Amino acid sequence: MNVRTFNCLLFRSLRPCYTHAPALLRSPCRGHRQSTSQPPKHAKQTERSEFSPAASSKYDWIGPPDRLSNLRPIIYHIPENETPLERKLRHLRQETEDWNHEFWTNQNFTFSKEKEEYMRLQLAAKGLSERDDDGRKRNLSSEEMAVFYKHFLDKNITRHASYNREWYRRNFTITLLMARVALQNTWRTLTGREKGKTT
Amino acid sequence: MYKTPCSRLTGVWKCLPHGLVGVNVQQKLIANASRSHMSARSLIQLCRKNQAEWFTFQHLCFLKRQYVKSSGGLCQRARPKQEPVASALDDRDDSVVRQVQKIPALKPEPGIVEPPCDSKNIQVEPEATKAARLEARQWKELRVEYNDLPGIYARLSKIKLTALVVTTAAAGYAMAPVPFDLVTFLMASVGTGLSSCTANSINQYFEVPFDSNMNRTKNRPLVRGQISPLHAVSFALACGIPGVTLLTLGVNPLTGFLGALNIFLYTCCYTPLKRLSITNTWVGAVVGAIPPVMGWTAATGSLDLGALLLGGFLFSWQFPHFNALSWNLREDYSRGGYRMMSVTHPGLCKRVALRHSVGLIGLSALGPVLDVTTWTFPLVSLPINLYISFLAFRFYRHGDRQNARKLFFCSLWHLPMLLLLALTCKKSRVSQDEAAVAPSTPSLPL
Repeated sequence: MNVRTFNCLLFRSLRPCYTHAPALLRSPCRGHRQSTSQPPKHAKQTERSEFSPAASSKYDWIGPPDRLSNLRPIIYHIPENETPLERKLRHLRQETEDWNHEFWTNQNFTFSKEKEEYMRLQLAAKGLSERDDDGRKRNLSSEEMAVFYKHFLDKNITRHASYNREWYRRNFTITLLMARVALQNTWRTLTGREKGKTT
Repeated sequence: MYKTPCSRLTGVWKCLPHGLVGVNVQQKLIANASRSHMSARSLIQLCRKNQAEWFTFQHLCFLKRQYVKSSGGLCQRARPKQEPVASALDDRDDSVVRQVQKIPALKPEPGIVEPPCDSKNIQVEPEATKAARLEARQWKELRVEYNDLPGIYARLSKIKLTALVVTTAAAGYAMAPVPFDLVTFLMASVGTGLSSCTANSINQYFEVPFDSNMNRTKNRPLVRGQISPLHAVSFALACGIPGVTLLTLGVNPLTGFLGALNIFLYTCCYTPLKRLSITNTWVGAVVGAIPPVMGWTAATGSLDLGALLLGGFLFSWQFPHFNALSWNLREDYSRGGYRMMSVTHPGLCKRVALRHSVGLIGLSALGPVLDVTTWTFPLVSLPINLYISFLAFRFYRHGDRQNARKLFFCSLWHLPMLLLLALTCKKSRVSQDEAAVAPSTPSLPL
């Protein structure tokens, strides 16, 4: 294990990065993502598990759902002779993953926070404390919560709509790129085989 | 130096309360070096929760890296089979984490987090669910397991829903007043099934991040990464193109057109609309109504009033079914950004469910009018129609979870019963057809 990789790891272990590049794969350390990894509005640090796939693995790896965004992180394999198209695809996928993660972390966090706030206000309006005599948290009825759910949806409709559009666009682009990469790889394999036959 | 981090890690591990980590589990962990990094990861997640121990987390993280790197063979390897020890440990972590989280920090939706796995619950939980849940916690290679492909495709195409759709199409075919032709019937059924697979696959392809965040849908194949998005789209095309072609060439162009229209409505109208407007429910009801119409047109080749009646049954049935289902999922829908009547217009939701349940009675009465069924059909179907209307009324009045659940479960058996009764009361042209379709029907009381 060379010193540079070790230092890279040490650096990464000391600051919480929320996606993880495998130590043993050649990688530009995904510099373009570090800037987005610390959104200031997040009170909690995003957790991504520290995981290294085996060096011999030729596949991407997918992890358990993230605790905040519920999306599964992916560690992308970088092949030996990665074409520009493949690199473009990988970067797009990584960027989309980060963007999604940020949106959903924010969404879930905001939802929880506003829900707690709403419950606190409702209970206070009724003159009740947050916990009952047994120490358990009080719950509101479904009908009372329904008011909050409706309010949350209405408040966020524009944000959701723009997320939708963006997500569909990215999804299509990624799939098209994947198709192009697959075709390119098939072509390379076929032409590679033909060359092998003729020589 | 490299020995100490290991023992330090396991030493820290030993400090966890015994009740949470079984003694056997502990011993196995300590004994098995290749698993200790997993436990370290879980431990790190635990420590991460408590900001005060920030330094300890960093320290552990650093030590863990040193340990993993120094021991040459300690990289993560793919484990194709479930390791119950490590996974049980992860579940124990959940309970530890949850205890730590008792401080009123602002956390993600608890609905997402798995229930704590203590010994009492293990036996109660069905094995398949438990296996899926534990498997979901591992890092896995994103590679297609060819053995799993049939199961993956089944889940991708929502095979049970597809089967229901094919059943309604078959019922539509059987209700048509023409002699029964087995070949056409089979081609129509297979074509409808393939179209349904396509529509469901594309729907899942579009909805990956939303599905990840809802309890009901988080174990879908694309969410879990069992296949890639490109693979899902290819599967959808591989089903859709033969399906629609089969319907167009093997049955008739009208049925093919309806099949293609249904795919379009479901994937390009219903799926995006779910997040934009409550009209998605009406569009979804149309999507559900088209298969029996397709069955009828497959038989007769034309869009008769009888076809529309059958479509009307499905259309009206959708509302008590879906509105009741969505009533108890309001929180998930709200957080996921789905605009459903149950969240944004609860009063309308209940009214519409009641309206359409009562409407089913009226539609049944149209059966003899349109020469689709005999006049016994409205009489025989009255008990079940009245029952579902009664439940819809209770749902309308009280609007609570219990009544919603009752209405939903009633709708699940109501539709097959209704279709079966319609088949038995079909205006008879060829009596062998009825005998073939409904052999065990008792004679109807008059």
